[in-house]
Amino acid sequence: MSRCRARGNAERMRVDHFKEFTRGILKENPVFVLVLGLCPTLAVTVSLVNGFWMAVATTSVLVCSNIIISCLRRVIPQEIRIPCFIVVIASFVTMADLTMQAYLPEGINRALGIFIPLIVVNCVILGRAEAYAAKHSVVRSLVDGLGTGLGFLLALLLISGVRELTGSGTLLGLQIARGYQPAYIMVMAPGAFLVMGLLLAFFNALRARRQVMPHAFEIERPVTSTELKKESA
Amino acid sequence: MQEYTVDMGSFFAILISMVFVSNFVLARFLGLCPFIGVTKRTDSAFGMGMAVTFVMTLASAVTWLIHRYVLLAHSVTGANIFVRFIGPETSLEPVLRTISYILVIATLVQLVEMFLKKSVPALYQSLGIFLPLITTNCAVLGVALLNTTATEEVLTFPAAVFQGFCAGLGFLVVMILMSGIRERLEVLDLPEAVKGIPIALVATALMALAFTGFGGLITVP
Repeated sequence: MSRCRARGNAERMRVDHFKEFTRGILKENPVFVLVLGLCPTLAVTVSLVNGFWMAVATTSVLVCSNIIISCLRRVIPQEIRIPCFIVVIASFVTMADLTMQAYLPEGINRALGIFIPLIVVNCVILGRAEAYAAKHSVVRSLVDGLGTGLGFLLALLLISGVRELTGSGTLLGLQIARGYQPAYIMVMAPGAFLVMGLLLAFFNALRARRQVMPHAFEIERPVTSTELKKESA
Repeated sequence: MQEYTVDMGSFFAILISMVFVSNFVLARFLGLCPFIGVTKRTDSAFGMGMAVTFVMTLASAVTWLIHRYVLLAHSVTGANIFVRFIGPETSLEPVLRTISYILVIATLVQLVEMFLKKSVPALYQSLGIFLPLITTNCAVLGVALLNTTATEEVLTFPAAVFQGFCAGLGFLVVMILMSGIRERLEVLDLPEAVKGIPIALVATALMALAFTGFGGLITVP
């Protein structure tokens, strides 16, 4: 009996974790729903490769800092929590920065440039630390970090895919369509703002539609005369 | 270590480059959070721009000093104050740069807030609410990193401070322009999906397009 209940609890926990994991991907996507961390999102998404490595760096920092901050959540005093979070995040950013400089090709490091150290001030990471990791257990914070990071990764891949395809006519450096004249403006600064604005509008419209749809298909059943009689009686 | 020769021409080049050619918001994508978040009304945009300019100038000065006198190896600058403890060859820069800069900026913002509250209450009234937000503004950390790492030649102290000030000025200009545009956008009859941030970003794209016209003005070093 008790074992049965324990299994039920474990099941519920797993479902809970799954919900927490997927929340960061769709319902609370850091880029398209919460509109956080715009600077790296727009600056480095010139090509798929750059967007990918930026998101990997951000996700690893996010997961590690979520774990450490969750471990320390009872030790950190309430008044100075933000500086404490920033020191933890900055340490992991330095680690990520040095690791990437050591193992990634020179070109990618030059393209990402100061935006790797600038992960420190990415609102997504500080936001998750403040809103989630400082209040929840280590495992939950880990799952939350992974989900949010994956949402960030998918968003960056989408933006950089669109920009690389329209701006240089390639994907991952491979030419897609012969004879396509690339619109160079899309890999420049104005293209970034334009793509981000249009994608945001697209996702807003999609969300609004999903909220409206269930009501649109609900057909009100006409009330029968017998029911009316029952009600009046 | 090479240093820029300081003359009026290079200062003018920094001014034009930071405000128009490689504007922090429109060309370098720095400081986008306050740019989107605080430009709904002109007066708050102006306040935020002023506060950021102020902190950026101070942060440029302090981080330049830290970079030269604490982080770089003594054998490069001959000026590391911790040479007795870490030896002449050790450079703290790769490990401590990010952490020390962000801590300096956070402390600086706190100090500025306390100072203004005590001695210039009128200014504090108008800038006060924006100051805590500046710590996590990537434009401030960005200008500190650009001043000390991006170029092969290291800027001199006055040039670095001036570059910080001009970057803030460019930020202020764009904030005011954008808030004017957004006040107009508010009254337009737009589809629900593009209201707010999406249409603001599209307007920013057009502004950035206009600013690329400044591109040929000077050759950016």
